[in-house]
Amino acid sequence: MDWSPVLISMKTAGVSIFITFFLGVLAAWMVVRMQHGRRKLIFDGIFTLPLVLPPTVMGFFLLYMFGVRRPLGRFFLEYFQVKIVFSWQATVLAAVAMSFPLMYRSARGAFEQVDPDLAAAARTLGMGEWDIFCKIWMANAMPGVLGGGVLAFARGMGEFGATAMVAGNIAGRTRTLPMAVYSEVAAGNMEQAYCYVAVMAAISFVAVLLMNKTVLWAGRRWKE
Amino acid sequence: MKRIMGENHVSGSFLQVSLQKQVKEFQLDIAFTAGKGILGILGASGCGKSMALKSVAGIAVPDSGSIVLRHTGNGGEPGERRGQETEENKESFREEVFYDSGRQINLPPQRRRVGYLFQNYALFPNMTVEQNIMAGIEGKEGRRFFWMESGSRRQERKRQAAGLIGRFRLEGLERHYPGQLSGGQQQRVALARLLAYEPQVLLLDEPFSAMDAHLREGLRLELIQVLKEFGGITVLVTHDREEAYQLCSRLLLMDRGQAIVSGPSREVFRNPGTVQAARLTGCKNISRIERLAKHRLRALDWGGLELATEQEVGREHIYAGIRSHDLLAVGTEELAAWKRPDANLIPVGEAQASEMPFEWYVTLQNGLWWRCRKGSPIHGAANVVPQWMRVEPSAVLLLREGRQGGSKGEEGK
Repeated sequence: MDWSPVLISMKTAGVSIFITFFLGVLAAWMVVRMQHGRRKLIFDGIFTLPLVLPPTVMGFFLLYMFGVRRPLGRFFLEYFQVKIVFSWQATVLAAVAMSFPLMYRSARGAFEQVDPDLAAAARTLGMGEWDIFCKIWMANAMPGVLGGGVLAFARGMGEFGATAMVAGNIAGRTRTLPMAVYSEVAAGNMEQAYCYVAVMAAISFVAVLLMNKTVLWAGRRWKE
Repeated sequence: MKRIMGENHVSGSFLQVSLQKQVKEFQLDIAFTAGKGILGILGASGCGKSMALKSVAGIAVPDSGSIVLRHTGNGGEPGERRGQETEENKESFREEVFYDSGRQINLPPQRRRVGYLFQNYALFPNMTVEQNIMAGIEGKEGRRFFWMESGSRRQERKRQAAGLIGRFRLEGLERHYPGQLSGGQQQRVALARLLAYEPQVLLLDEPFSAMDAHLREGLRLELIQVLKEFGGITVLVTHDREEAYQLCSRLLLMDRGQAIVSGPSREVFRNPGTVQAARLTGCKNISRIERLAKHRLRALDWGGLELATEQEVGREHIYAGIRSHDLLAVGTEELAAWKRPDANLIPVGEAQASEMPFEWYVTLQNGLWWRCRKGSPIHGAANVVPQWMRVEPSAVLLLREGRQGGSKGEEGK
């Protein structure tokens, strides 16, 4: 059995969850703090869009933006000498784009659950704004934020449609586990497909189990 | 640095507040001065009193006005006295402008040193009791990065926290989280955290509203003790008149964003002056009146009852009030002695009595409402309600309309 899809998938999921986590939390924080109702609605819509669009359409957009002849693609090519489309980076790009809304929405919900009086109290007690973000907002939203992380990780791991569009299915380079399953089934190698499916299921299950444990741990100390 | 003359607060610090803000359906527009001692702001829920308090703390921003903390006399700390203050005026003088719309000043809450006790205490749920208190101490000292901090300083903080934990009887709860504490314990932690911060002004927002009724009384006494020890400027906001009376030396009554009466608590309750104030201080019987003579009036809503008053009835008085416990029962045997014009005899007629654990609530035929303790001699007998009642002329409150513009449906409460 060729183990490269397993390695590629793990690398992709690992890197993309790292990026998604920060982007999602940042976007959620931005939207939660927006006072302007209509602007809030529009940004929320944009950030949630990848969740409701078919993955192939998302992939199409990404291709449109990061293609070598497109502004973003050219920028990366000229300044970093990186050709994103149909490379390993593209699998990360697709995974981030598709898992971002899950992270964003979970983090947003978690922030909204935090009593704003806590931040006000911290202010009247002389706590600085950065400390308030870390010790009040983040600390109290942590269980929800980590829960979002679990979902985003699972989504990134299983990404198929958008990855196929921007990264293609190049064996040993962009062939992730879901891609490998598809390819093997398409080629009629059911034995191989069984193996990949089993690995995929095992990794996903362990990851979710581990992260669920973390969520419980994060909340257990002070929540009933 | 401005000099203000003619202030009646000769020394010490005082807080001068004047602010306007558009709140949902009404305009919040109040001004008050709080010196040493406890100022109570009493008003129905949603009258804007919390908003006023939040503005002082800096966690809400008014539309206009000014909030200034002034230190006069020997109140100022020596280090902060300015050079211009020479021997010619010995008293030092200093002011801290928290907010001034004219000068576009709005100090962030972190720099006001104003402690705020939230309705629900706003304890940090992710921190232990000790960490919550430490947050107050760190806020006072200004936080350093841990690598810049000496061990002795940290020890000193720990010691301070331990002192407060002892003082507020929280021993053994240091490692507990707020979610594991009772309401009373939470309040003590919140107070300890506040005092750890050593604020210049203490603001209390409905400190007992989150508490079970049977706990309140004991906790009020505790709070009185704490506030006495604090000794600085304190403003308390509440809708509970008993709480206001018990805790505050001075009161400001508010109705729909406007101040209606202010003064020493006892005075405000004894003579509320306006209809709205009378209602807020718990006067249940209020009637429109018609002036008959200098000391005589007719109560239009109490079946045209004529009453003698001690206070002179003026043109501005368009209402009269009688507190429900000021109605006195008159026994049949004493009736003859009270047959005189200034006795204010009131026929009871068909009355309705409703029984409470320790009192009777009686509604007289003319609509007056009487509250009497059980076991009073007059109704030891079978039928609770006497034939006649009376009210002392001094107990008839003469009331003005609080504001221009007439009463706009103030009935509901």
